[in-house]
Amino acid sequence: MIAELGHFALLLALMTSIVQATLPLYGAQRADRGLMALGSYAGVCSFVLVAISFACLAYSFVISDFSVLLVAANSQIAKPLIYKITGVWANHEGSMMLWVLILVLFAAAISIFGVNLPETLKARVLAIQGMIASAFLAFVIFTSNPFIRLANPPADGNGMNPILQDPGLAIHPPCLYVGYVGFSVAFAFAVAALLEGKVDAAWARWVRPWVLVAWCFLTMGITLGSFWAYYILGWGGWWFWDPVENVSFMPWLAGTALLHSALVVERRHALVGWTILLAILTFSLSLIGTFVVRSGVLTSVHSFAEDPARGLFILMIIIAATGGALVLYALRIPTVKGGAPFATVSRESSLLLNNVLLVVAAATVFIGTFYPLFIDLIGKDKISIGPPFYNRTFIPLFIPLLLSMVIGPFLKWKRDDLKPIMDKLSWPMRIAMVAVVLVVVMTFGKQIGTALGLGIAAWIIAGSIWVMIRRVKLGEVPFDQSLSLMKSTPRAYYGLLLAHMGLGFVVGAITGVTSWQQENILSMKINQTTEVGGYKITLKDVAQVPGPNYDAERGTFQITYNERPLTVMSAERRFYPLQKVQTNQTGIRTNLISNVYIALGEADNSGGWTVRLYYHPLAPWLWIGGFTMALGGFVSLSDRRLRVGVPKLSRRPVPTKTIAATT
Amino acid sequence: MKFFQNVFAVSAVLIFIASQAFAVLPDEVLKDPALEARARVISQDLRCLVCQNQSIDDSNAPLAKDLRVIVRERLSSGDTNEQVFGYVVSRYGNYVLLKPPLQTDTLLLWASPFIMLVIALSVAIVYLRRRPELEASDGIDPDEPTPTNDLKVD
Amino acid sequence: MNRFRLSNLLPVGIFVAIATTMAFGLQRDPKVIPSMLLDRPIPKFELPALSAKQPGINSAKFGPEGLVLVNVFASWCSSCRYEHPFLMNVAKDSRFKFVGMAWKDTPDHANEYLSTFGNPYSAIGVDESGRTGIDLGVSGVPETFVVDRGGRVRLRVPGPMTPEIWKAEIEPIILAAAKSP
Repeated sequence: MIAELGHFALLLALMTSIVQATLPLYGAQRADRGLMALGSYAGVCSFVLVAISFACLAYSFVISDFSVLLVAANSQIAKPLIYKITGVWANHEGSMMLWVLILVLFAAAISIFGVNLPETLKARVLAIQGMIASAFLAFVIFTSNPFIRLANPPADGNGMNPILQDPGLAIHPPCLYVGYVGFSVAFAFAVAALLEGKVDAAWARWVRPWVLVAWCFLTMGITLGSFWAYYILGWGGWWFWDPVENVSFMPWLAGTALLHSALVVERRHALVGWTILLAILTFSLSLIGTFVVRSGVLTSVHSFAEDPARGLFILMIIIAATGGALVLYALRIPTVKGGAPFATVSRESSLLLNNVLLVVAAATVFIGTFYPLFIDLIGKDKISIGPPFYNRTFIPLFIPLLLSMVIGPFLKWKRDDLKPIMDKLSWPMRIAMVAVVLVVVMTFGKQIGTALGLGIAAWIIAGSIWVMIRRVKLGEVPFDQSLSLMKSTPRAYYGLLLAHMGLGFVVGAITGVTSWQQENILSMKINQTTEVGGYKITLKDVAQVPGPNYDAERGTFQITYNERPLTVMSAERRFYPLQKVQTNQTGIRTNLISNVYIALGEADNSGGWTVRLYYHPLAPWLWIGGFTMALGGFVSLSDRRLRVGVPKLSRRPVPTKTIAATT
Repeated sequence: MKFFQNVFAVSAVLIFIASQAFAVLPDEVLKDPALEARARVISQDLRCLVCQNQSIDDSNAPLAKDLRVIVRERLSSGDTNEQVFGYVVSRYGNYVLLKPPLQTDTLLLWASPFIMLVIALSVAIVYLRRRPELEASDGIDPDEPTPTNDLKVD
Repeated sequence: MNRFRLSNLLPVGIFVAIATTMAFGLQRDPKVIPSMLLDRPIPKFELPALSAKQPGINSAKFGPEGLVLVNVFASWCSSCRYEHPFLMNVAKDSRFKFVGMAWKDTPDHANEYLSTFGNPYSAIGVDESGRTGIDLGVSGVPETFVVDRGGRVRLRVPGPMTPEIWKAEIEPIILAAAKSP
């Protein structure tokens, strides 16, 4: 009954989405206020219907209604409740439902909060979102219907892949999807602007918060995914350049470019064409990601059940959306007024450089991901492209970006001079140099690469903090004046500080872990002691520990440092009898500077167990950095100037104000 | 071929030195540390054929273990790194190499990042050149409110 | 900015190229890797017999004996069970020699498997370590190789043998071999 209700709601949602996709567009063309307003109602309606549908699906999972095929295929009675819920989206059909839910949620948000949007723009934005929603609702209903019933329900289901039964995996997809789908808003705004024939600063001010939201969540989603891989896979790796990782990374790179580009449109009304193109590109990359994961076109650790028929449907959606948007771009961008001029050295041009480098980096990842496909099509050879390729191409591309991102925030709009900037940055430069020299000395000149990597990290971190220090004129004016400057500084500056600094942390962490990690793999017996990274580790006990739907073998380890006992860690190997799958729950002990990482392997024939121990210096900063970046984004979002409900601009002439009085 | 590989390796800041890591079992480890180190580096560049996307160094699969043992056997019998790769490639093809070989059909692959950078920079430069003339004026301090920047509430 | 420029069509053009590649890519299976042995001589290998009742395999003897089909199987492999009934059928065909290779399997398990499901082979070799399989580029079971009179590998079929594959790919080779003496 509930499943039928959910199915019916979904069908109704398709109908309201089609209405949303067509009538407001017509209304904007004819300046028909009624039809344009209809868009908002349809938007909210679609959301309510999809939410009902999703709730019905979730309910079926929670009560273990095995007459629903999806529940029978993916759930089991013994599964803990939290995983029954997260299991709703741990399969293809359910994850597409989540995708669509977030899509219509964003449209509803625009409908409700977009009070100050010009009517025609709002109607067009909602129409574009309605088109995307209709396409994906059709996809779900016709090719991936979650509500199909089973004639003979089994007594118990097949259960969920044990690797997915994990808290990290629970939040990772929703975060990622808010990111992917969030960029649909920028896409809709871009296409709507092309239809309107104009882009102005108000448009940019409208788009930026939505891009920020999507970017923040995507950053969190990627960081979570990386951390999850680290602790569950048992090899201490955190990024594999797997196709599905790459398809989440590409929208992130393009989205970062979009974020910065939209800033230029808002402040200086320049780089308009680039920004629109980036908005189209970012969402298209999200769509390609969805395509790759579900079509079987590439092998990946991550793929859902591969189905070329579904892949074809999504490809059709991509051709219509991206192709249509790009054709529209070619036709309409000439009518969109160009922007204010700027000099070759200016903040605008540095952000242009930023765009270029990020897009080329994304293109490199794209080529690495899809080239095997291309080679397969043109010849008989099948090749693989793994980390060795990306290490040699992506990294050299990214370094100029890392170096220049510190300089950009110091440049003035319109025209500036590099020499005084470099003087302004003398302190961060000195700190970076010191870092390089320190590492060279510490490693006896043997690890120049490491020194350079950490130097770059120091440059970025010091440079980001330096933005604030210069802004509040620390040291140049009395401290309480600096303090009041700090209080009056718009939150966006703190956002910049955190986001850029976060990236610096990530660069430092990657350098540290890759250069200095230590490993010890051996067979250990009870009460045997070994050592890694300066810590002494003793295997105290191995016990059989049953769980709700698994049996585990748990090893307990005593960690000692400098003769003082530190802590007790445990590492488990779990066996899920239903799916006959084994997973690792590694033991990780962090002091926030480095990690000690233990994975328990199989018992061997000599009465011991294979134990893998790793020491990962600076590793925690990888994820601390990722979350700091996301935090920076959220802080920027909270800046008053970005409030979505901002009233119309004052028409009074604007007197020039001093910095201290700027709110 | 080798020249290009060296150029790329050198021009890349060596942050990503082949990381020590991952999955060898204790009974596979060679006694000679130099040979074992070579074995690890080679294993990290060989793909596990029955996994979705892992090197044989990372993988638990039986076939991965067999190949790890074979790599060590070949090294112990005096093969160079190239010869070990050649041994595996002659049986499984280029698919097994995680670093795509530099050959005619992959020239585009290796060159494309650099080519794209050049093209993108050229496009940007052309774009900058096409801008209308900028009157001699000072730059705008980012903190100064510009008309679009000012959000005076009515 | 205010004129229509051909360069504005560039993004669409690039997209069309990419979309076309993806569309064709949907028809390929990225996991199937081509055999390195095609049109090459079969590597030399010798495998011990499974039991006293049947000989083992010596690849040097392929060729002069006529067309040989080598079926790589294992008792632990479920796809092998799927193709097994069909293999029992084609075993009766006298136009070629049908040889089995138990890969990464013990003689006991292989014997048990064959006595339960039937033995279609005229000779069986046991590759317990899996090394011979690696020499043949085997990455999973089942796989079937077709070796012609010259000792060259003409075809490799990855995965279970089906009547469709047999008719489309193997029959033509058998017919061609039967024509030339």
